[in-house]
Amino acid sequence: MAPILQLKGITKQFPGILANDHIDLTLGKGEILALLGENGAGKTTLMNILYGLYQPDEGEILVNGEKVTIHSPTDAITSGIGMVHQHFMLIPVFTVTENVMLGSEPVKAGDFLDRKKTAQKINEISKQYNLEVNPDDYVKDLPVGVQQRVEIIKLLYRNAEILIFDEPTAVLTPQEADELFNIMRELTKQGKSIIFITHKLREVLEISNRIMVIRRGKVVGEADPKTADNKKLAEMMVGREVNLVVEKDIKKPGDVVLSVEDLVVADQFKNLVIDHISLDVHAGQILGVAGVQGNGQTELVEVVTGLHKAVSGKIAFKGKDITNCSPRVITEAGTAHVPEDRQADGLVLPFTVAENLVLCSYYQEPYAHGVVLQYDKILENAEKMIKDFDIRTPSPFVSVGTLSGGNQQKVIIARELSRPIELLVASQPTRGLDVGSIEYIHKRIVQKRDEGCAVLLISPELDEIIELSDRIAVMFRGKIIATVNADEVSKETLGLLMAGIIPEKGEIASKTEKVVEATF
Amino acid sequence: MAVSTTTIHHQKINEISSIRRYATGVIEILVAVFIYLAFTAKMASDTLTTFVMTPGGLDVGKMADLIVPTRITLIILSVFCLIIAGIQLIKGFGKLTNLMVGLVFLAFIFGFLSWQAAGKSLNLAGMLSSSVLLAVPITLGAFSGILCERAGVVNIAIEGMMLMAAMVSALMGSITHSIWLGLLFGIISALLLALLHGVLSIKYKINQIISGTVINIFSTGITAFISQKYLQVFQQLNNPPMFTRFEIPLLSKIPLIGPILFNTNFFVYLMFIILIILQIALFSTRWGLRMRSVGEHPKAADTLGINVIKTRYMAVLLGGLVAGIAGSFYILGSVGRFDEGMTAGKGFIGLAAMILGNYNPIGALGAGMLFGFADSLGSKLSLLGSVIPSTLMSTAPYLITMIVLAGFVGKGHVPAADGEPYNKE
Repeated sequence: MAPILQLKGITKQFPGILANDHIDLTLGKGEILALLGENGAGKTTLMNILYGLYQPDEGEILVNGEKVTIHSPTDAITSGIGMVHQHFMLIPVFTVTENVMLGSEPVKAGDFLDRKKTAQKINEISKQYNLEVNPDDYVKDLPVGVQQRVEIIKLLYRNAEILIFDEPTAVLTPQEADELFNIMRELTKQGKSIIFITHKLREVLEISNRIMVIRRGKVVGEADPKTADNKKLAEMMVGREVNLVVEKDIKKPGDVVLSVEDLVVADQFKNLVIDHISLDVHAGQILGVAGVQGNGQTELVEVVTGLHKAVSGKIAFKGKDITNCSPRVITEAGTAHVPEDRQADGLVLPFTVAENLVLCSYYQEPYAHGVVLQYDKILENAEKMIKDFDIRTPSPFVSVGTLSGGNQQKVIIARELSRPIELLVASQPTRGLDVGSIEYIHKRIVQKRDEGCAVLLISPELDEIIELSDRIAVMFRGKIIATVNADEVSKETLGLLMAGIIPEKGEIASKTEKVVEATF
Repeated sequence: MAVSTTTIHHQKINEISSIRRYATGVIEILVAVFIYLAFTAKMASDTLTTFVMTPGGLDVGKMADLIVPTRITLIILSVFCLIIAGIQLIKGFGKLTNLMVGLVFLAFIFGFLSWQAAGKSLNLAGMLSSSVLLAVPITLGAFSGILCERAGVVNIAIEGMMLMAAMVSALMGSITHSIWLGLLFGIISALLLALLHGVLSIKYKINQIISGTVINIFSTGITAFISQKYLQVFQQLNNPPMFTRFEIPLLSKIPLIGPILFNTNFFVYLMFIILIILQIALFSTRWGLRMRSVGEHPKAADTLGINVIKTRYMAVLLGGLVAGIAGSFYILGSVGRFDEGMTAGKGFIGLAAMILGNYNPIGALGAGMLFGFADSLGSKLSLLGSVIPSTLMSTAPYLITMIVLAGFVGKGHVPAADGEPYNKE
């Protein structure tokens, strides 16, 4: 029997880069194929070709042994190919039913929507594949895990046979991810075939039947999840030896540098996003804030750095009240901020690398005399930073927007860490970066901590939090539901906490021996 | 897992609303005091106010005049406001707060009218009837805006489209001596401008505000030019036929409502017909679901096989059609001749009505009626010979627009992709 999907010699050239270089891929029926590769390796391009968003320059696609041409997502769906996008293609103000039916709506009496019929079919699908969902709920009210289920139902509603999951666990808690894996297994059991795109090694080993590794647009090899291990896969991905474990010594924390007391924050719609939280960060300590995205971490960072006003509560830096001070006052006091969205909040993309490197200090000596900028000094600084922080750029004069994500992040890290600081607020410092850059940035953060800097680290990546942090606070729906020592807590416990489930005290204790402090 | 299937309920911060509660109460007290002090002063206790309850010149659906003793009415209104203010301050009305503010506002308006018409008679029904007529261009403008913005295209060119349609209706209506051809050509002219807006903002992805502004300036210029050069010189080119009052059997005999809603202009009926079609089509048909999806998340719609570009063109053109009807109304349903700049910003007020009505046709009608009433109040009072200068009174609709936009807007849902050009990868 012919494999359900076959790609032969797919090649796609973009200006200046060969995104896909004669890629061959075979997917058997009922199989989960993991596509592993760094960002920019060409995974997404390949899938976009399969989904009709790009046209390949060369090569052919065969579904069930027959050649197909895919010019649009609609063609893809007709051929039985469906994609669960990393950023959900759901409309928040529509109900589950409306989202599922959109584009292939059953109608009666001309053009009137038959919502009942769709809801019925959703219920059937949900029963068959064990995808629990209420068709009448509005998508905006659903947790991320359920929204993802709606995406899957959308594909099954359209009778997709091949499902592509693009980095599906990026937005999920570990428990939700496990649940997704169960769903994926159930789907393949009932005859669906899955391509699973990721750069997370652990997941690949856990769920896939076969692993294909892509590097720089080429297939560099296949691996069997039964025999492969983390280290080997990482080396295949990056093309050199990588150090996956962050090396750091145990260090005794110093004085309190940042103290947050009874903080309350509301978003622009006056929704309560931070609900009376308190935390302390000591000198020489990394406090990791774990939690699924959207539980108040973003606002916590914004309030601490002066970008968002607090409703009540107090934030003190070295004993000095900085609540609702301006970002400049807070920066000048000796803090640094690596923002969550580097392109929107961290850099001015059309500005040059040199200019971006002095965004915090351009108005001070030696970079300015009065109102005149001293470009020779700015340039001197840039050249030093480019060398010290290994920023790969053709010159200090190119606009920072032309650099790769990893190098853009290095520009921010260079600017923030080269100043004399006592507090570093790093929000998702390695978001979307490749293994090599992650390794480098982790090393820099740990180095800063070893120099006695206090670090507030926010990340939805549990692995990152566990590896870097000395202490971990877990945020859930605007509250800190537990604070624990990093070396005394298991990943499972943290996962449960991230989902808002507080294990029995005894349970944490038995797994971790000691609960240091848990605020319930 | 049990946790993940529950829906999320957002907790709201309430600190700010308690200040709002007291502020509202204090304002309501001020209104009560104002009604008492300003309106009853120097008022003899036997003064009567007469409200005529049938619009002038009608003899179907008649209703007896309402005659009230002015001073006592005003005192009752003042006490009514005071009671609401008291409850507001002590307990608060919660969700009913806005309704109560509305009631106080109504009491104030009624008090104001009683005071202004003290010892005279005021045709209340006539005023309401003209409110409905004045609401027509505003409401149709709002419908036009809803059609465009629900699909994600901001359209501030409605004003320009209305003005152009008005001029063309006058010109073509006069030349052809046909009311229907006048309407048709008016609509076509607005459609052409809508097409221009579509091409600029959808195809060439020009900032939609700029594209709209350009169309407004173009319309103002070209209509003024043609008006000065031809319409004013050759009066026969500015003398189109008009729609006459059309009486709906039976319904027009209902007192008060009949004369106002069922014995009136063709355009009023058209407005209600468009309202019903639009309301149903937006929320119950495939067409509406697809159009809204394009305004909310065009990329999602695209991946499901919906043609975003085509849908947006269709929406903008339909918006142009409705704006064309609104413009023709001035000529064929209301004034009967074209004057320069005669739409007087009503297209923009239509957009305000759209926002106030939360992008919902029914809401937009309500908002349009409010603005229409303010308009009619202004003109009626200047006729009564009020102490308030009529030029000042004619600013009332714009004042109300500002107060309403500042006070009540910002809570509704704006289509998420409103104003964003769609880039297919």
